[in-house]
Amino acid sequence: MKDTIFDAKGKFVGWLLVFIILAVLPTFIASYWVTLITQMFIFGILAMSLDLMMGYSGMPSFGHAGFFGVAAYVIAIFSTRYQIGFWPSLVTAIVLATAISAIFGLLVAHSKGVYFLMITLALGMVLWGLAFRWVTMTKGDNGISGILRPDIGLPISLKDPITFYYVTLVVFVICLALMALFVRSPFGHSMKGIRESESRMRILGYDTWVHRYLTYVVAGFFGGISGAFWAYYNCFVSPADLELGASFELFLMVILGGPGTLVGPALGAGIIVFLKNFISAYTERWLLILGTIYILTILYAPQGLVNLVKDLAKRREKKGEAEEVS
Amino acid sequence: MGFFLTQTLNGLAFGALLFLLSSGLSLIFGVMKIVNVAHGSYFMVGAYIALSVITRTHNFLLGLVAGAVIIGVIGLAMERIFLRRFPLQDMPQMMLTMGFALVFRDLALLIWGGDPYNLPAPAFLVGSVDLHAVVFPTYRLFVILIAVLVAILLWMFNEKTLVGAKLRAAVDDYEMAGGVGVNVPMVSGLMFALGSLLAAFGGVMGGPIFGVYPGADFEFLPLAFVVTIVGGMGSLKGAAVGSLLVGLVDNFGKALVPELSYFTLFAPMAIVLAIKPTGLFGRG
Repeated sequence: MKDTIFDAKGKFVGWLLVFIILAVLPTFIASYWVTLITQMFIFGILAMSLDLMMGYSGMPSFGHAGFFGVAAYVIAIFSTRYQIGFWPSLVTAIVLATAISAIFGLLVAHSKGVYFLMITLALGMVLWGLAFRWVTMTKGDNGISGILRPDIGLPISLKDPITFYYVTLVVFVICLALMALFVRSPFGHSMKGIRESESRMRILGYDTWVHRYLTYVVAGFFGGISGAFWAYYNCFVSPADLELGASFELFLMVILGGPGTLVGPALGAGIIVFLKNFISAYTERWLLILGTIYILTILYAPQGLVNLVKDLAKRREKKGEAEEVS
Repeated sequence: MGFFLTQTLNGLAFGALLFLLSSGLSLIFGVMKIVNVAHGSYFMVGAYIALSVITRTHNFLLGLVAGAVIIGVIGLAMERIFLRRFPLQDMPQMMLTMGFALVFRDLALLIWGGDPYNLPAPAFLVGSVDLHAVVFPTYRLFVILIAVLVAILLWMFNEKTLVGAKLRAAVDDYEMAGGVGVNVPMVSGLMFALGSLLAAFGGVMGGPIFGVYPGADFEFLPLAFVVTIVGGMGSLKGAAVGSLLVGLVDNFGKALVPELSYFTLFAPMAIVLAIKPTGLFGRG
């Protein structure tokens, strides 16, 4: 079957076009939109990292905002308390987020389905509890404000919103490429096999525990990257960044966009970030709307927008082929 | 000694509330395989409803009944109208309840505002009891007593009645149960209503101790999850033992190392999971 819309060359050209548009965009749009799209990139990385687990590996994590939060808090504490520069803070933040996911992974990698869900939720709450209660370090409920956007080195400084935009764009593209490589690698394929039938993969000789564990840690790593940039972006972190509601929002980004597509969750993140900022300007009832979007998505587009569009395109193509034959 | 006894009693009272909250969660999961993320919302909204009733009527019992029954009806409606569309598909069902949890949270904020409230305890339970070594609030002893009563009633319902037998059959194997003529959808609906009612009941009972405030929903939900993980999902006995364990550990954790109290919760969970992944009394 000829896949007219999604063939490799067209796909590449399409991506290049999207990238070019994103690259020239800041010259044409108001600074409000530049910062908003920057936020979309940051949450796009986070949503894609959750998709590695949810979509590709059948591991729906409820605590994923936790790793995001750990990295954000490291940046906040390093930057405000010790005045440590960009690179050491960034590296420490990502390493710590990854290390914590490596420890948590030992506890969760053997559990499946709902058990996985509930255990990750409880672990996420542990991190939230730490942010909330470890007041001497995290300032508790007040959060940490006054994070300064640093000089990266060279002539690049994150103080300028447009530079920040480009830096996050580059980071986003790198993360997207790395994650795409990850899911297309032999490891990623066997991961999908485990999602479909774990018992079969185990009989074929795959160590399913190691696969699940590594995926969990990799997701934690990318979550950490996203969290680090969030701290610099927002200049403020608080326990709200990693509370349960944040994990729910993240979950919706993936579901809305389409789990198992990487690009879908990034798109979902864009939509949710946009709605959140847009709607919050008019009403305080964001959670009500978020909950309603949730319910509507599950009822009418449970496979996510990207998969919905793909299905429609496929159906139309089939219809076209049938007409050609007749 | 006094410290130890007081904290143990506090832990028991907390465990008693956790039992009311998590027994429903566990049973709902047992029969329907639904992870009900809105369970904490039932707990909180139930307490809010009771608050409104009590401030108007000054009658705690009336508030308790109103909170529990209204939430029971809401739970039933949720199950009939929405969850029923996705029978035994755990992810869509779970995510629907997640959407409802967000809606409940925001509606509660809209209706009752952002201030924390205290639920007044019934007049005859105000004050404390002198237990030789310690003086302990009467109300907390009362909560322990009620939870024990509920546990006995639930056990009798489960073991001694026909509906209970059908329920157990549905937990064990819903397909076989359906095959031999048990109306599984009916039992499920009933279970969901009962579970939500129990959560709201727990919320109202906890009101005079913790108060009721925005965010209580997502604060208690993970605790209920930890209880069911530790005790094993779908098991009443597991919910009881898990609640006591979590109640005591959490309470001593908060009293001894307040800054790390969430870690003290997480430790027993990790140990139990390492030894028995399905929880203490879980099957499968």
